[in-house]
Amino acid sequence: MAPKPFFNEMYDSAGQARPHYAAFAEWLKNTSPKKIAQNREAADMLFHRVGITFAVYGESTGTERLIPFDIVPHIIPGSSWEMISTGLNQRVKALNAFLHDVYHDQEILKAGKIPAAAVLENSQFRKEMIGVQVPGGIYAHVAGIDLVKDGDGEYYVLEDNLRTPSGVSYLLENRKMMMRLFPELFAEQRIRPVDHYPDLLLETLRNAAPAGVDHPTIVLLTPGHFNSAYFEHAFLAQQMGIELVEGSDLFVQDDTVFMRTTHGPRKVDVIYRRIDDDFIDPLAFRADSMIGVPGLMRAYRAGRVSLANAMGTGVADDKSIYPFVPEMIRFYLGEEPVLKNVHTWMLGKPADLEYVLAHMQDLVIKEAQGSGGYGMLIGPASSREEREKYRQRILDAPARFIAQPTLALSAVPTFVDKSLAPRHIDLRPYVLSGKEAKFVPGGLTRVALREGSLVVNSSQGGGVKDTWVVD
Amino acid sequence: MLSRTAAMLYWMARYVERAENHARILDVAHRMSLLSKDPELQHQEWFAPLNITGTVFPFKGRHSLVCAKEVLHYMALDPNNPGSIYNCARQARENARAVRGTITSEMWEVLNSTWIELQNMDERRMYEKGVGAFFEWVKERSHLFRGVTLGTMRRDEAFQFHRLGTYLERADNTARIIDAKYHILLPSAGDVGGAVDYYQWSAVLRCVSAYESFRKVYRDAITPLRVAELLILRVDIPRSLHFCMHDVYEILRTVQNSYSGEATRQSGEVHAALKFGRVQDIFAKGLHEYLTDFLNATSRLSAEINSAFFAASFPSETLAITATGLQPTQLQNQTSSSS
Repeated sequence: MAPKPFFNEMYDSAGQARPHYAAFAEWLKNTSPKKIAQNREAADMLFHRVGITFAVYGESTGTERLIPFDIVPHIIPGSSWEMISTGLNQRVKALNAFLHDVYHDQEILKAGKIPAAAVLENSQFRKEMIGVQVPGGIYAHVAGIDLVKDGDGEYYVLEDNLRTPSGVSYLLENRKMMMRLFPELFAEQRIRPVDHYPDLLLETLRNAAPAGVDHPTIVLLTPGHFNSAYFEHAFLAQQMGIELVEGSDLFVQDDTVFMRTTHGPRKVDVIYRRIDDDFIDPLAFRADSMIGVPGLMRAYRAGRVSLANAMGTGVADDKSIYPFVPEMIRFYLGEEPVLKNVHTWMLGKPADLEYVLAHMQDLVIKEAQGSGGYGMLIGPASSREEREKYRQRILDAPARFIAQPTLALSAVPTFVDKSLAPRHIDLRPYVLSGKEAKFVPGGLTRVALREGSLVVNSSQGGGVKDTWVVD
Repeated sequence: MLSRTAAMLYWMARYVERAENHARILDVAHRMSLLSKDPELQHQEWFAPLNITGTVFPFKGRHSLVCAKEVLHYMALDPNNPGSIYNCARQARENARAVRGTITSEMWEVLNSTWIELQNMDERRMYEKGVGAFFEWVKERSHLFRGVTLGTMRRDEAFQFHRLGTYLERADNTARIIDAKYHILLPSAGDVGGAVDYYQWSAVLRCVSAYESFRKVYRDAITPLRVAELLILRVDIPRSLHFCMHDVYEILRTVQNSYSGEATRQSGEVHAALKFGRVQDIFAKGLHEYLTDFLNATSRLSAEINSAFFAASFPSETLAITATGLQPTQLQNQTSSSS
């Protein structure tokens, strides 16, 4: 089967640069390949020196790698961004409303818009959260919404990340790097700034404080410096001027959370946690967790401390719930979704299962619980044996899988060795929810560096690009 | 600030200082061995770095001969020697990585790039570069780190814990350097005042960058008494015991908490002895005995600092009690172990 035609973000079908890429294309034409090569090397060296690395699971501990950075930006016209941000705002609002609803009155289940079992029997549904009042009714303070553009040039939401979405530090560092290497590009056109993200995040966290706390003490809780996203945790804590704590730095006494300081215990009001629900409190969830804080869940339920994101958000970003998000938008907001969902087959349904098994080589099949690009089958790129193996896995537990059409992800020219070639991308904007939603324009653009590859995850050989919203 | 962060800053500083001092010690051994054709003296010169760092025993466990090549490799690059410059740089960088939200990005970048460069260093490259040039590089990285720290870090508690680690480590290292040289000289006491003796003591001074200061202060011959006075009792020599302990005492008064009274007292006691001590009395007691007492006192002080700021004020019982669901005792009870 011939690959579907993809949308080239930079050039139209006649090979002309699109209007929002015109200034960049002009610069590229007038800049010597030598200077570009030098700057690409400089970028590598700088990222290494600054230590913007991530750990790779499955390799020997302590392995730190750079995420490959490509200097050709992903440029989005301001008008498209207005549409995207409206859609993101709407979507995250509905997701927060859904989370509040399923942990309280469950109206959407009563109305029959989503099968009750899909929510209540979901492993990410935390019954400990039923009836718990969280400040402002906000559950997903930080959301990362993955967007792709299909061959028709239209944006689709690929998935929602409402637990502990990562990657925003790369967004900020990529921009810093581009400004350092190519200041002239930023002088020539208006590229909307992104570096105020830490301020917006801090404001969001402050707004999440328990009622009556005017000057909250906010901390960032990390699993520790061997975690793959440790760089980001340290980076954000530093940018916001808050303490970066590990589980062992905190303890709970009389349902109040304290951190151990050189001047004795200090009360903590808001925890921006980058630890998954399962590991956050060995007394409430996984007893073998060494990185959590015993008693934290009790303090949280008592309203003595706020968590961002709230516990139990996983029930809204689960791939088995994803197909219902457009319905949530209609149900809670009475609006039509601005951003489309990708059509999704639920393999728990016999009709869907039958269709998917008959069309495996055209579809992308994923585990509803998986993340990071692990354990998925990309039909068109798979061998007969791989499909056969995957078919067995599906038949063992069909309800654990979903399938989607293979999208022709849009592409941006990317340096491969010494020349440019189109590589597929996706876009993860970050949405901060408080009294209102806040964003920085654009998001993190991830790029699949292997020719034809559709997998952009850094753990699977993906790279990153700076993302520009231009006016 | 977080107790863990304070501990990591303190150790980060200690490892940087230790790496620099090891480079200084090896540099002097290297230079002295070039001066001497006598194999016995050469042997002593290369024995000194092991003696100073207390690694004679582990070294002999793996090497049959104490000679230049082995000692250099063991102390500079050996990943199996916890005190090698290689490992000091690694530990400094690991601690910095864990607290990089607290230090400035410039500080982190210095330690990170030092570590990256050191990983590319092996024995062949060290000799290609020149052994002296390698030590120069280690010292320069430490100077750079100190400068960047002074020039970029906010004068907060974190800065104080960084200084605390630096000065305690330096006091310890200077005391060991004087002690080791004194040892080497003892067997050849007949040589006192001879050429070798002169070079030995001037080497001690150069090792701690105090040769020029000695000239300015005394304008007279280099004698053991004067060198000891300069490096132990003078408060204006940045690597002297008095200078270091003066700052340690001052820092401990600045960062004091309700558990640190004993640490402040101990540091004050050591400081007072240095401030009001006389070099004649030190020699009457015996320089080696004096320095041994000093090293014991600083090691007790380190333990006290550890319990006052890093560990014991928050006993692990806090966690254990909550985890087993027992009624937690009052905070005061749990945190009063050292008050």
